[in-house]
Amino acid sequence: MEKLSQLSAPIYEALEAFRKKRVVPFDVPGHKRGRGNPELRELLGEKCVNLDVNSMKPLDNLCHPVSVIRDAEQLAAEAFGAAHAFFMVGGTTSSVQSMVLSSTKAGDKIILPRNVHKSVINALVLNGAIPVYINPEVDGKLGISLGMELAEVEKAIKANPDAKAVLVNNPTYYGICSDLRSIVKLAHAHNMLCLVDEAHGTHFYFGPNMPVNAMAAGADMASVSMHKSGGSLTQSSLLLTGPNVNWEYVSQIINLTQTTSASYLLLSSLDISRRNLYMRGETSFAKVAEMAEYAREEINTIGGYYAYGQELKNGSSIFDFDVTKLSVYTRDIGLAGIEVYDLLRDEYDIQIEFGDIANILAYVSIGDRIQDIERLVGALADIKRLYSRDPSKMLNTEYIAPQVVVSPQEAFYAKDESLPIRETAGRICSEFVMCYPPGIPILAPGEVITKEIIEYIIYAKEKGCSMQGPEDPEVNNINVLV
Amino acid sequence: MELWFSDYHTDDVKLDIKIEKQLFGEDTDFQRIDVFDSKEFGRFIACDGTIVFSQKDEFIYDEMIVHVPMAVHPHVKKVLVIGGGDGGVARELSRYPEIEEIDVVETDHVFIDVCRDFFPDNAIGLDDARVTIFNANGLRFLRSKVNAYDLIINDAIDPLGHAAGLFTKEFYGNCFRALKEDGIMVYQHGSPFYDEDEETCRAMHRKASHSFPISRVYQAAIPTCPSGYWLFGFASKKYHPLKDFDPVKWKARGIKTWYYSANLHKGAFMLPKYVEDMLEEEEK
Repeated sequence: MEKLSQLSAPIYEALEAFRKKRVVPFDVPGHKRGRGNPELRELLGEKCVNLDVNSMKPLDNLCHPVSVIRDAEQLAAEAFGAAHAFFMVGGTTSSVQSMVLSSTKAGDKIILPRNVHKSVINALVLNGAIPVYINPEVDGKLGISLGMELAEVEKAIKANPDAKAVLVNNPTYYGICSDLRSIVKLAHAHNMLCLVDEAHGTHFYFGPNMPVNAMAAGADMASVSMHKSGGSLTQSSLLLTGPNVNWEYVSQIINLTQTTSASYLLLSSLDISRRNLYMRGETSFAKVAEMAEYAREEINTIGGYYAYGQELKNGSSIFDFDVTKLSVYTRDIGLAGIEVYDLLRDEYDIQIEFGDIANILAYVSIGDRIQDIERLVGALADIKRLYSRDPSKMLNTEYIAPQVVVSPQEAFYAKDESLPIRETAGRICSEFVMCYPPGIPILAPGEVITKEIIEYIIYAKEKGCSMQGPEDPEVNNINVLV
Repeated sequence: MELWFSDYHTDDVKLDIKIEKQLFGEDTDFQRIDVFDSKEFGRFIACDGTIVFSQKDEFIYDEMIVHVPMAVHPHVKKVLVIGGGDGGVARELSRYPEIEEIDVVETDHVFIDVCRDFFPDNAIGLDDARVTIFNANGLRFLRSKVNAYDLIINDAIDPLGHAAGLFTKEFYGNCFRALKEDGIMVYQHGSPFYDEDEETCRAMHRKASHSFPISRVYQAAIPTCPSGYWLFGFASKKYHPLKDFDPVKWKARGIKTWYYSANLHKGAFMLPKYVEDMLEEEEK
């Protein structure tokens, strides 16, 4: 077969060829190139509604790719140094869940950091695998959870030699990287797979000065949010597999839950973004890193803020740092990150990615310009001038080790009852309780509720943290197993 | 042959100017810059397809943004001009002998070079010995300045383009900090007439009136601006644009003008009812 060129974009080219044929549609979608829905056509534009077409022979089918989608996936695999790449249209959630579902089944153990994305635990609800949590170290000052320490992974592996896989968040939302190469080696030495939630690390594949990416580190699977730093449309994602993974099996797993009407807007955006990254990724991300470094220097010059970077590296829980992430510690000006986040949006028309109890994260990407960075820095200077106050006591986050007594699946489907929170000590929880910030689950289905946990939930609520997960949005009641 | 330049004032309204000749066209790091000769407006410069000024009407704008605050503030020594790389504002400022320093901050050095080449009558302002040109981003330049200027003139015109940072709350906040305790800031306030521009115009007044104790708006008729009608903002820590206006002193200077006059100064602050209502709503 002729070798494909990275400069081509097979899905995009097929869509263009199809458009020129002016085929009369007697198939779905029923809006028929937008004609049946004029307001939608007005909102999205003619070009966009024209691209919203169904799978058909010239455009291939994501459920079983044999032509242009297969070619585009091959090009993506090559660009990312993977053995196989899957185009995903259900967000990186679907990529992460496919990793978990294809490496474990009911009763199997999987080693995870406690600060995993909830999509991972949801996958365990689906397939009945058992989580083994590793306690993430939390930075005492910044209050953020750090990477997985090798010694902790080793301890968990020794205690659970029958586990099937180790999952790593790399990098974290804040840009913290674990010693991925060593973790992969360790997992493989114990016949376990290494899965990487690389949602925030698409750019690691493009540039010489980036932290090591999952495929280069030898990981078996990686979930890559192309729509985050990669520039594709929201909800599009990539699942990469290494040479020792049976990709046909992974494909079967994906098809268990994947739509049979994949959007060509999402698919073509993945295809075009891969080509864009191949052509311009290195230069673009070097520019992103430069802009973030510039912003860090300028923000640190204002005083009161701490925009952290490479200097955090400690050889273990912060093995590497992703310099494209612009995280800023705000507590020394007396404002919680979430307060600065709100001020930036309400007063300065600047929307940043998130604010937690002590930090904000501004997402810098290939779409940014230096004048926008100046706005952000200018606004932070003005916020300090107008709103800073004495740093008072704020919520200190602490890690409470979970006790998993039944599988998330068993707990999720078991008969349960709703009890006032103070009466739940000693019972087994059947739902999630997450606290934002910091976004680490306090309880997941199947875990014992302790007095300590109850106190923490009440305290965090008083401090204004947003509680998510429980059926009762106020979290006065929690569902427990009967 | 007929060649026309279209300046879109809204998606549905445009001003067309018949072109004699295009003299310059280039994409810089920040914007697209074009220079044309026309019969009616003479030579004019456009950034990203929007006219910045023409030889025919630049006097209106340059006089109004300079002489209004200069006739109010009793002792201006240090002035900061943000944008204004063409030199027109500096040229008007250079007529005041008591001014000691004029700092001009322009992000795009190509814009300065183009104006020097094609608009020598404006660029002459940049050659005054009191002028220092800084090739920097306005917001960044301001961040390090505290209690430094008597007058800040924000000459940037496009609140949606690369100068968007100069129409924000952080900009007004940083200006407030950079001004001395009796300092004045004047700025382009846009045009209130078309629906598309109204919200921007409102937001500007909201931000300025929340940042400064005195915040008034004045007007001028400028043919190349959207709807031919343009507003300027006057934000001040101490001096009121009418109560502290000194017409006798200004007249005594004998500065030759074509648009501004001591009479017009007062009239410029008398706004149409619909504009006044709009601004009052934002002051609440």
